[in-house]
Amino acid sequence: MTTPVSETKLEPLGERLAARFPGAVGADTRPGYSGWVVEAARLIEFATFVRDELGYDLLSSLTAVDYLPEGRMEVVYHAYKTTGGPALVFKVQVPRVDPVEVPSVISIWPGVDFQEREAWDLFGIKFIGHPDLRRILMWEGFEGHPMRKDWKEAFYEEEVKPFKSRWPDGNHVYAEQKNPYGDNIMFKPGFDPEKWTPTDPEELLYASLKNYQAESKDGIKTDQVLVNLGPQHPSTHGVFRVVVMLDGETIVRLKPVMGYLHRNHEKIGERNTFLLNMPYTDRLDYFNSMSNNWGYSMAVEKLMGIQVAERAEYIRVIMAELSRIQNHLVLIGTLLSDLGAFFTPALYAFEERELILDVFAATAGSRMMCNYHRFGGVVRDIPAEALQKIKDLSFERLPRKIEEFDRLLTENEILVSRCKGVGVLSGEDAVAYSMVGPMLRASGVPYDVRRADPYGIYERFEFDVAVRYNGDLMDRYLIRIDEMRQSVRILQQAIKQIPAGPIVSVKPQYQVRVPAGEAYGRVEGPKGELGFYVISTGKPTPWRYHVRAPSFINLTALEKMCEGEKIADFVAILGAIDIVLGETDR
Amino acid sequence: MTSSEPRPRENQGKESRDRLNLPGYEIPPEMDGQIAITTLDRVYNFGRRSSLWPLMFGLACCAIEMICAQASRYDMSRFGMEVMRPSPRQSDVMIVAGTVTKKMVPAIVRLFNQMPEPKYVIAMGACASGGGPFKEGYNVVAGVDKFIPVDVYVPGCPPTPQALVAGMIKLQEKIDKQSLSQVRWYRKGADSVEIPVPFLGPDLIDPRNIPHIKAKSAELANPPAAENA
Repeated sequence: MTTPVSETKLEPLGERLAARFPGAVGADTRPGYSGWVVEAARLIEFATFVRDELGYDLLSSLTAVDYLPEGRMEVVYHAYKTTGGPALVFKVQVPRVDPVEVPSVISIWPGVDFQEREAWDLFGIKFIGHPDLRRILMWEGFEGHPMRKDWKEAFYEEEVKPFKSRWPDGNHVYAEQKNPYGDNIMFKPGFDPEKWTPTDPEELLYASLKNYQAESKDGIKTDQVLVNLGPQHPSTHGVFRVVVMLDGETIVRLKPVMGYLHRNHEKIGERNTFLLNMPYTDRLDYFNSMSNNWGYSMAVEKLMGIQVAERAEYIRVIMAELSRIQNHLVLIGTLLSDLGAFFTPALYAFEERELILDVFAATAGSRMMCNYHRFGGVVRDIPAEALQKIKDLSFERLPRKIEEFDRLLTENEILVSRCKGVGVLSGEDAVAYSMVGPMLRASGVPYDVRRADPYGIYERFEFDVAVRYNGDLMDRYLIRIDEMRQSVRILQQAIKQIPAGPIVSVKPQYQVRVPAGEAYGRVEGPKGELGFYVISTGKPTPWRYHVRAPSFINLTALEKMCEGEKIADFVAILGAIDIVLGETDR
Repeated sequence: MTSSEPRPRENQGKESRDRLNLPGYEIPPEMDGQIAITTLDRVYNFGRRSSLWPLMFGLACCAIEMICAQASRYDMSRFGMEVMRPSPRQSDVMIVAGTVTKKMVPAIVRLFNQMPEPKYVIAMGACASGGGPFKEGYNVVAGVDKFIPVDVYVPGCPPTPQALVAGMIKLQEKIDKQSLSQVRWYRKGADSVEIPVPFLGPDLIDPRNIPHIKAKSAELANPPAAENA
């Protein structure tokens, strides 16, 4: 469990900040909150101080909160040290009067690029100094900033679920019947689609690519070619789109375009009760519903201040590690598919994955969307047969199969020649771009939340943080094999140690009472640090529910990794980041 | 022709031949397996239903189960459906596997328009069928059937691979019932039906609904006097 900045550290840090920024930085004293409130005018200075003098080099999460009743907007930053330890949380508060303006910290942490764009898109906060502040999830020209509390969606019914209006006399009323347009659309009164002049939603995107200066080499004038990949492309792992500026075959510039699977997870999450959000988290990173559940339940458990039942802690670890193994198997399978070994490695991977999904189906009742965690524990115990299956898998089958993958693939000449030295990202860049998970560790930074800021019962297990130092595709592939080996190690220990006992520490209930306050729960998901930032006001629904999605933020460095590479390697570089669009777009 | 006994070797493939043969015509034993007495419709549908090529097109979570349906355990190729085509020009059936968003729907309609006739659509999962758990979302289209015609709906969130295979078999049954003389795409003049591609304005605009949108928004701007009173 992470504790906020501990008592002993708080005083010296507070004094230091007070001496350095007199009057501009103060502790956040709202009940249930922690961290520091910084004056917007001195944010850049403060952020530089935090990074350079305090050593918080990894800005993990940036998000906005709309405090409509108080009439202000807040931007929340979570910074970490890559050497480990809890977060430094700082906030900037600005009045909620348009235009809402906050200085951009992109010059200090380039990794906030997409996160600031997201806050602009969904909250309408202008980040002064951001070089390319366009909408990211919605399209250019969309009306309004949908995450603002006073913005109502077309199918809006009530603030809190379950909607009473759904069953007035025992008859179902469709949302379509309530909307004047009879569909999930909304226009300003008096809007005339015939007189409306269409704006090109892509104009700004292409403009942001074209500011590259064409230079002539050897006296020959070259022209750049603009290529669109996706959103319907077999190698983009979903509905991801990228616009590439090419010089011959070489990538000069690149802009990812997202939002084709933006399903308004956060807006729906703020209408849902706390427990209702659990199945929605399954659908974020749909390979790893077990890890997603964990992150969310951890955040809410922190708010509620409850402990997790001992047996449930072990079950959580077992499920999370099984989930990691099947995720990495699929990643290796699809990465090889992207490299041209069409589907054969994927078939091997899916064979093992099905065995792990059988375990999930036996315990949680569903193959993919497990909806397994509850606040204080898990929903069902592992049946004896399933536990036996896990035992067989983790002591016999999986270690053998991981070695088989290693033997078949690692020294394959084609794989090596396609992967060695491609898409290199240095350790410094990886930290600056807020990369997390295997991507960061493949660049030589041994940062794993399970070790750096231990949660659950990971402190009890013996395992190594996998790390590789070249930061190229080959290392990103190898680190997945390493991590699977470590996961098997954890599994073997957890199965030996798992105690008997209750699986949930509190009485299970549909409507939980969550005290007011904020909490940030983060787990080391298979794709990296998955964080849930939850604010409760004591009501049945969260006031703010934000997901810090590793797939989304890891894409920030995509352009950096692809610059100067060949277009044919792009799909492999993208494949090795291991993105899942459900999590990227949310 | 159903029998639980193991089939003798020479009878292998007899079932699929029987599907081709018209019932009631006895084929002499010496010619068994070499000729079939049947109708043109049956031959035509037999060929089409046994080689359905889906469009390689995954939207969300359901796409993973679609991949599983083709992978080691469920192996959709037993039904002649494994040839996933990344190009709409080469595919027969579009499996809409996942949540359809407003930002994505213009691309989906365009892909559908690019598919040659005869073409079919399977709405896989709750989201594609009717919006599913994300229906209330501001960027979500409540069911792909608001834009393109759907032949088979597969329920589930996500449907298991077995459910998808069952949906594909339902589609095969539908194809079996079609007749060359009746189908739209062989009629004179009526070629493939182009669906107007929706576009993104302040919100999603379906060109077919423009008069309706115009009328409604005008009504909202100047509410009728009766409502004001």
